[in-house]
Amino acid sequence: MVEIEINGKKIEAAQGSMIIEVADQHDVRIPRFCYHKKLSVAANCRMCLVEVGDVRKPLPACATPITQGMKVFTRSKLALDAQRAVMEFLLINHPLDCPVCDQGGECELQDLAMGYGRDVSRFNLGKRAVSDHDVGPLIETEMTRCIHCTRCVRFGKEIAGLHELGVMNRGEHLEISTLVGRAITSELSGNMIDVCPVGALTSKPYRFSARAWELTQRPGIAAHDGVGSYIYAHTIHNEVKRIVPRECEALNETWVSDRDRFSYEGLYHKDRVLTPKIKRNGHWEEVNWSDALAFAAERLRAVSDTQGADALGALASPNSSCEEFYLFQKLMRGLGSAHIDHRLRQHDFSDENQFAAYPHSGVTLTELAKADVILLLGSIVRKEQPIVAHRIRMASLTGATVLVVNPLDDTFQFNVASKQIVPGGDLLLGIAKIAKALVAGSEKIKPSAAIAEFLKDITVDDTAQQQANYLKDAKQAVIFLGALALNHPQAAAIRGMADFIAQHTQTTLGLLCEGANSAGAYLMGAVPHRLPGGQNSTKQGESTQAMVLSEKINAMILLGLEAEYDLAYAHRAQKALKNMQTVIALTAYQTPHLLNYAEVILPITPSAEMAGTFVNMQGDTLAFSALTSPQGQSRPAWKILRVLANLLAIEGFDYQTLEDVQQEIAPHLTTAKPTQRWSFAAPQLELAERLRIAPVPIYAQDPLVRRATALQHTPDAAFGGVRINSAEAQALGLAQALEVLVRQQECEVRLPLVIDEHIPNGAVYLASGIPETRDLDGAYEAIYLEQVVDNHA
Amino acid sequence: MSTISLNEVCMRTLGLENPWSMASYEKIGGYKIWRKIVTEKTPPEQIIEQLKLANLRGRGGAGFPTGLKWSFMSRNTPGQKYVVCNSDEGEPGTFKDRDILRFNPHQVIEGMAIAGYVMGATIGYNYLRGEFIEPFERCEQALNEARAAGLIGKNILGTDLNFELHHFLGAGAYICGEETALLESLEGKKGFPRFKPPFPANYGLYGRPTNINNTESYASVPVILQKGGQWFLDLGVPNNGGTKIFCISGHVNKPGNYEIPLGTPFKTLLEMAGGVRGGKQLKAVIPGGSSVPILPGATMMQLNMDYDSISKAGSMLGSGGVICMDENTDMVKVLERIAYFYYEESCGQCTPCREGTGWLMRTIKRIVSGKGQMRDLELLISVSDNIMGRTICALGDAAAMPVLSFIKHFRSEFEAYIQNG
Amino acid sequence: MEQLITFELTPKMRLDIDAWVNKFPPEKKSSAVIAALTIVQNQENWLSLAMMNAVADYLHMPQSAVYEVATFYSMYNLEPTGQYRIDVCTNVSCMLCGCDTIVAHLKERLNIGFGETTKDGRFTLKEVECLAACGGAPALQVDGQYHEHLTPEKVDAILARLEAKA
Repeated sequence: MVEIEINGKKIEAAQGSMIIEVADQHDVRIPRFCYHKKLSVAANCRMCLVEVGDVRKPLPACATPITQGMKVFTRSKLALDAQRAVMEFLLINHPLDCPVCDQGGECELQDLAMGYGRDVSRFNLGKRAVSDHDVGPLIETEMTRCIHCTRCVRFGKEIAGLHELGVMNRGEHLEISTLVGRAITSELSGNMIDVCPVGALTSKPYRFSARAWELTQRPGIAAHDGVGSYIYAHTIHNEVKRIVPRECEALNETWVSDRDRFSYEGLYHKDRVLTPKIKRNGHWEEVNWSDALAFAAERLRAVSDTQGADALGALASPNSSCEEFYLFQKLMRGLGSAHIDHRLRQHDFSDENQFAAYPHSGVTLTELAKADVILLLGSIVRKEQPIVAHRIRMASLTGATVLVVNPLDDTFQFNVASKQIVPGGDLLLGIAKIAKALVAGSEKIKPSAAIAEFLKDITVDDTAQQQANYLKDAKQAVIFLGALALNHPQAAAIRGMADFIAQHTQTTLGLLCEGANSAGAYLMGAVPHRLPGGQNSTKQGESTQAMVLSEKINAMILLGLEAEYDLAYAHRAQKALKNMQTVIALTAYQTPHLLNYAEVILPITPSAEMAGTFVNMQGDTLAFSALTSPQGQSRPAWKILRVLANLLAIEGFDYQTLEDVQQEIAPHLTTAKPTQRWSFAAPQLELAERLRIAPVPIYAQDPLVRRATALQHTPDAAFGGVRINSAEAQALGLAQALEVLVRQQECEVRLPLVIDEHIPNGAVYLASGIPETRDLDGAYEAIYLEQVVDNHA
Repeated sequence: MSTISLNEVCMRTLGLENPWSMASYEKIGGYKIWRKIVTEKTPPEQIIEQLKLANLRGRGGAGFPTGLKWSFMSRNTPGQKYVVCNSDEGEPGTFKDRDILRFNPHQVIEGMAIAGYVMGATIGYNYLRGEFIEPFERCEQALNEARAAGLIGKNILGTDLNFELHHFLGAGAYICGEETALLESLEGKKGFPRFKPPFPANYGLYGRPTNINNTESYASVPVILQKGGQWFLDLGVPNNGGTKIFCISGHVNKPGNYEIPLGTPFKTLLEMAGGVRGGKQLKAVIPGGSSVPILPGATMMQLNMDYDSISKAGSMLGSGGVICMDENTDMVKVLERIAYFYYEESCGQCTPCREGTGWLMRTIKRIVSGKGQMRDLELLISVSDNIMGRTICALGDAAAMPVLSFIKHFRSEFEAYIQNG
Repeated sequence: MEQLITFELTPKMRLDIDAWVNKFPPEKKSSAVIAALTIVQNQENWLSLAMMNAVADYLHMPQSAVYEVATFYSMYNLEPTGQYRIDVCTNVSCMLCGCDTIVAHLKERLNIGFGETTKDGRFTLKEVECLAACGGAPALQVDGQYHEHLTPEKVDAILARLEAKA
């Protein structure tokens, strides 16, 4: 600690701090533009010049480290003259088009110009104008307003890990641009809007739709990934106009992913269903709530009475709130059915009883910074969990080694020390090779019989050996299982093998589950084998897969999901639903597909329009209130479930308010970090000869984001086609093909073929969760590609 | 003036056949000192001591004592260290390094090798401006000769000493003459000067400790060590040791490089350069490259060419680029051209320089075009004051000082433009 | 923006770039970007986006990082440029020594202004900053060579030689 004086006030501060940091901590406001606490110091705007001791020249507070006895004057004549001069320079070429600028009212330049600007400009020459390049559908550029602070460029290079915006040209001609007018691809790009102190980078979807001072700010939690980023919604007339980050150092820091930021557009999509509807005699009619609920109750009762409660099933989106999950399972269990699940894309449920109370990321985001080795197993983490990816990048920048075992060779925004790209989607082989290398390298490691047997025929290669060495030498390693591992047909064996490695090295195993509330779903008992609080259920229900494929279910309640996009077997699921006696959809959106298989539509509010609770992947309980009020007649699902239960005469649904529900679930929200252990058993299922690798693209993750218009126009949302490598194409006689016939089970679609060397042998990349593949079947199942025979030829 | 020593240090190969060749360089004692250091393992402190005694001041423009600079970087700091030579000569009026590189490249190589030895840096880079293609080729040729002779590279002269040297070519940017911009450029980036501290001695090339000197500074070292610090010191005047190359250009009869003792009267230098062209009166002189304040000719005639004398008169010795202007020179137009230069070469990083250099240039242009107003002069002064001392590097000051000094000494010429349109 | 046609570095270019890469630590390949761009430009007379992208790929650099460099340094031509770029210094010393006459002569001889290229694509005329040849003012550089103490006659001789070479 050193003692300094700022404006005569004595202050103790940590050695090595910059003047501006100390001043900020003590509420001494020093004007600044280029300085940002999360970015490197550029010291280029010169706005924070202050007087220091007897140094004749003013010094930049952002780049001047404090020293014992230093005397700083932030408002002396020397300091103010310098600050005012810099402000004048900044303004001479600034267009001063505040009346038509979206930043007006929340502009750092405007604010500081009030304090440091002149009334009359001394500059009477022509101002600089800069032509704009399109940088994609999310960010609007007006580069004439740019003051060249380079925050956005530094954000890209340092935080996003992508050098997309650059500082082009020099001197007065300096321009922040991509030069080529290419769309920015970072999944954190929207943060550039926030860091821009002026109106050079503004939100494109928000453009010209409101003024900062008209907006009401409401705190919330983002509902798209396992982080649960803190956000603010800015609303006007109860309409969400934009989402911005709410600082939370433990989770999203000052950032928010583009998915969390721009998905609000989906709230106002034309698919939004705002009136209850029922299908009578094959025709849809709008009805009032009581008729709809009575109809739904009657239909459920009809199936239950005739076929027993075991014919009732329930599937909920992993983005549902704890309150929803809780009432959902309570309703089902009240009816006598344990067929309830939220694990919509999972294939392998064989180790479900080994799961802890809830799936945990193993380490918190803060703890991740201390990891020295991070192994990503089956994860395109950037697209699955953008904030986790950012944290991995930060760990990597401070020395952590990142290893990857993936079924396709995706790019990362951090250095990857070693990559195993496994052929044929065989992640188990990849992780088993590492296990084998560890076993071979140490006599102390005693594998179980099952593991020993499985490893018998495995051959270790250099990459696996290298990865094993990293893990062996690690002091604090983390293995993250991503969506590609969790939804894998051999997920249990992969988990067991990974856990074996974790047990014999200094490694923590963590799961990166999909959705905002997978942890909450487990804790609330929205799984067929567990009651709320993680208690084992005496009555074991069916998993998603069995419910969809077994033909035993004849009445299904869907909560917040779309079968054609959100279920692993899109085609078979739709067919199964269509064949059921009734499907009651609690949904915010209607689609032709839904209208086809559903019988009742009960319009619910997305989480933005209701209060609730999430539990994120690291076990934080995140309570949120509504960002805006429900649209039309839509209602929060908990209210619908309450009334439905009442109509079905199920006991214990006398809730008046959400707080009543919350009181009841509180005991189950004991979210201490669970011990997660999985033992290995050889997989029951062999992999198909040619496996479909089917990640869900970042902007296809859930119904809301699928309807966020701007996000749907990003390169990430573009259909990537059917991808195979050239050797495979050659082998399949598809080397010259532009289109290909894709077959899975009984379905068949014709899709564009893309040759991509990032796809290993035995694997076909074809995304799920998107319109192009909603009539196809299982992700991670066998897939057949054939030449298109043109009938017209 | 026969007592004046000429070309005794950096230009000492001039007059020899193929002065750039190893043979010529060795003829005048080249590499003797390097061989001695390598074989005797001279304690680095002794070398620094001689440089301090010689009072060698940085020849790039800032005049920082070289011996002191070399003592900042400890030989014992672990890890890779670098020595870098700044041959990005671009200060208008300065053209000495180009001649050193063309005519005496071995001496730069020897100087850098010694620096590497003193500071424990095993890799050196000489950064030549992109236009210096001929000097680059000469340097490469010299480097090959030195390598072949076992003087550069691995196991120098059979010892365990290593020093690898590389020549680098820029691509056109005055700002890269600023040492930290030069380092950025060497790293393959645009030449944005870095904020200091940290200084290169702690955080230089690739973040490693780095010593960076001007070409003339490095080239002076072998001679100083060969003949002794005292000898060098005695060539000049107190606090201004040794000789310095003055690049004299503009309205003189014999423009060119003159390596003469510091403290030589300007009058003598002017005589050596053949006096003012056409026998005209000397109106003004920029004594140290375009960045330093201009001085009236009459003032200059009273001054000696050393750091202190020029400084006392309100200007700087800078890089030694002496630009002479005769009585017919249009000072307003000269300033217009200088202002345009800084506008062109500002890297654009810092607000005052990025925005201010254009403002200055356009305001002067407006005066030249006859549309200026009297208040423009006060504006020019104020804008210059607002740039001065408020930027990361010295380019801001360099843009401001000419404006302030031209108006100070030749205000009437500006007023004439404004009044007469 | 121009069409993004692809460009492949020639084996010779790769070889030349490799020589520069070898001057730097293995993990500091990007130090060779300035030289690499120069090598490509020496062959092509200018740098298209495709050429810059090829350099970026070769040196494993982000494309934007290469664009930043290419747009910063004045010796790079980001538009198609004549076979010979004539860089005429007009800075102070050259100005004092009559570069105006030289510039006027060049403009008249080539029938182009600064920043323009002759119709036959042979010459581009460019005003440049101090070349560090003030002792030989007025000066110009073309084809990697300095020419000093210029007179209109000398300029004619230079042009004649280049024309013969072209």
